[in-house]
Amino acid sequence: MTKTLFDKVWERHIVVPEAAANPATIYIDLHLIHEVTSPQAFTELNNRGLKVRRPDRTLATIDHSTPTRVNADGSRPYVTPQAETQVETLLANTKAHGIETHGWESDNRGIVHVMGPELGATQPGMTIVCGDSHTSTHGAFGAIAFGIGTTQVGHVLATQCILMPKPKTMAINVNGKLPKGVTPKDVILHIIAEIGVGGGTGYALEYRGNVFEDMSMEGRMTVCNMSIEAGARCGMVAPDQITFDFLNGRKFVPEDFDAACEDWASLATDKGAVFDKEVSLRAEDIKPMVTYGTHPGMGIAIDAIIPGAADNAEQDALDYMQLSSGEKIAGTHVNKVFIGSCTNSRMEDLRAAAGIFKGKKVADNVTAIVVPGSVLIKALAEEEGLDKIFIAAGAQWREAGCSMCLGMNGDIGAPGDLVVSTSNRNFMGRQGPGVRTVLASPETAAASAVAGVITDPRTMESAA
Amino acid sequence: MSFEPLNTVTSRTLVLTPSNIDTDQIMPAKFLSMTTKAGLGEHVFANLRYDAQGNLTDHELNTDAGKACEILVAGHNFGCGSSREHAPWGLTDYGFRVVISSEIADIFRTNSLKNGLLPIVIEKGAHQWLLDHPGEDVTVDLNKCEVRLPKNGGTYSFDVDAFSRLCLMNGTDEMGYLAAQDDAIAEFEAAR
Ligand code: SF4
Repeated sequence: MTKTLFDKVWERHIVVPEAAANPATIYIDLHLIHEVTSPQAFTELNNRGLKVRRPDRTLATIDHSTPTRVNADGSRPYVTPQAETQVETLLANTKAHGIETHGWESDNRGIVHVMGPELGATQPGMTIVCGDSHTSTHGAFGAIAFGIGTTQVGHVLATQCILMPKPKTMAINVNGKLPKGVTPKDVILHIIAEIGVGGGTGYALEYRGNVFEDMSMEGRMTVCNMSIEAGARCGMVAPDQITFDFLNGRKFVPEDFDAACEDWASLATDKGAVFDKEVSLRAEDIKPMVTYGTHPGMGIAIDAIIPGAADNAEQDALDYMQLSSGEKIAGTHVNKVFIGSCTNSRMEDLRAAAGIFKGKKVADNVTAIVVPGSVLIKALAEEEGLDKIFIAAGAQWREAGCSMCLGMNGDIGAPGDLVVSTSNRNFMGRQGPGVRTVLASPETAAASAVAGVITDPRTMESAA
Repeated sequence: MSFEPLNTVTSRTLVLTPSNIDTDQIMPAKFLSMTTKAGLGEHVFANLRYDAQGNLTDHELNTDAGKACEILVAGHNFGCGSSREHAPWGLTDYGFRVVISSEIADIFRTNSLKNGLLPIVIEKGAHQWLLDHPGEDVTVDLNKCEVRLPKNGGTYSFDVDAFSRLCLMNGTDEMGYLAAQDDAIAEFEAAR
């Protein structure tokens, strides 16, 4: 029988099959944890006298609440004492349970979804969970990867399993030639605008077609990262030579790497396998994208006119954004630019942004911050001299972390600020009370920082 | 995460009529950096219960009568917004066992079921009756999956998936269920 990539990986992990009276028990290969969604789970474990079943399949880092600046005396300016306690609690919990942790001293500390792939802990054919909805990122490697709540974090710590009904499968086919200047971020924003923020609900997505086959691992991660913004808990790309080349030589990959690759290659969806649903889009139709509302589905091409509100909620969104339908989105005044997050904080993203910034200046009305996804990326970028380009342009070069993506660490905008952000959510108030978020690619964010208004990066010269 | 078995609950209702009460209103973001669940009941609906100076308001949630309520009746589309599990934690720590609305957001519903809080979506007419009659004694019977309103208000059925219902009725949470599968898990690990 022909099978999809999702089916093949799912079947390899069934401990107890789904039945009328119970969901399936699914084995988890890799459990990533961070400071925000784990403390109550550890407390629960301790209260019940349970141990972590597989510390060797658990990997921790600190990212959400961590400051991205260091004081002159080397101390860290936590936003609240509670934030510091949260970080300290994680470090204490993982130490007590023998879990490998990438804390302040680690060269691999970083956003949890950047760290996993970087260490080669994320591998094709795995099941991967984390108490964070953007765990879908890891699907770029052909893994089933999705976010879970804190209760389930406790389940996985104690039993290495979770209970879940099997989702349906949806193929998102994008074929053709992407126009010049269109990035993976634009592709996924276009997909979400097309299928809607609820379009993927109940489905596991598989991104298929030559556009994804030709995409780098960084690009595939950007795409899979935002699967959740279309309502899908996971999104996948079939593992191929690009995947294997990315993983080769990384810390956690199997010793017999060639044998592993052979097995991984067999996971691809069989010819003729049937998905519960298929959506097909043309690469030629995609342009650089920005959002104009308060959810990621409200996205348009950067040279488009802001559409009319379909309902009251959309009108509320437009009012909140202080944008009017019928007007161009390009040219809108910008206050801040954030380049970072698990969507766009990897080397490829930083190089793209640096390409625009090189030899130019951030506009006087804009504060721009660039936050690398991990300590390793920070080091690599500095080796290439990207930090010098950012700083010369007048952008801030920060320490690794989630930073302004959700502002938990205190990196936020001021009320009313318009922030062009390479992150994944433009919800009301996510980047600070009253802050208006416009999601975009690193190229668009950098171009907008330089121009001081939302700007089509294709109109600006790039050194990249 | 473990909780008292839930079979039949009879209690006065506490009613919050606005629609679209999101998880940020249930549990404001500033409490997400808490590292325990205990005490979250004090922060549930913090914006209703405390004024700008941090003093208790005279909201019903702050009264003894309110604190005795085990059934929360809320306006349409309760629990929308972020997936924070702090929302159901706060509600159960406060003392609620049941939430009734005409629509309850999906993730909040799932999170509630994992935490011993029964989310009930009830038909519009009965929902309106409940909104209009705060403080009445209402019975929720999980065995029969029905809500019984007083004063001949009628009996209304609701849906809950078989597995969650069993867990609630036995007071076993999913952790207990999974832990009981230890042999199967060990076998699975040994076989690969
Ligand atoms: S960067 Fe943003 S979306 Fe990604 S893990 Fe951090 S907070 Fe979540």
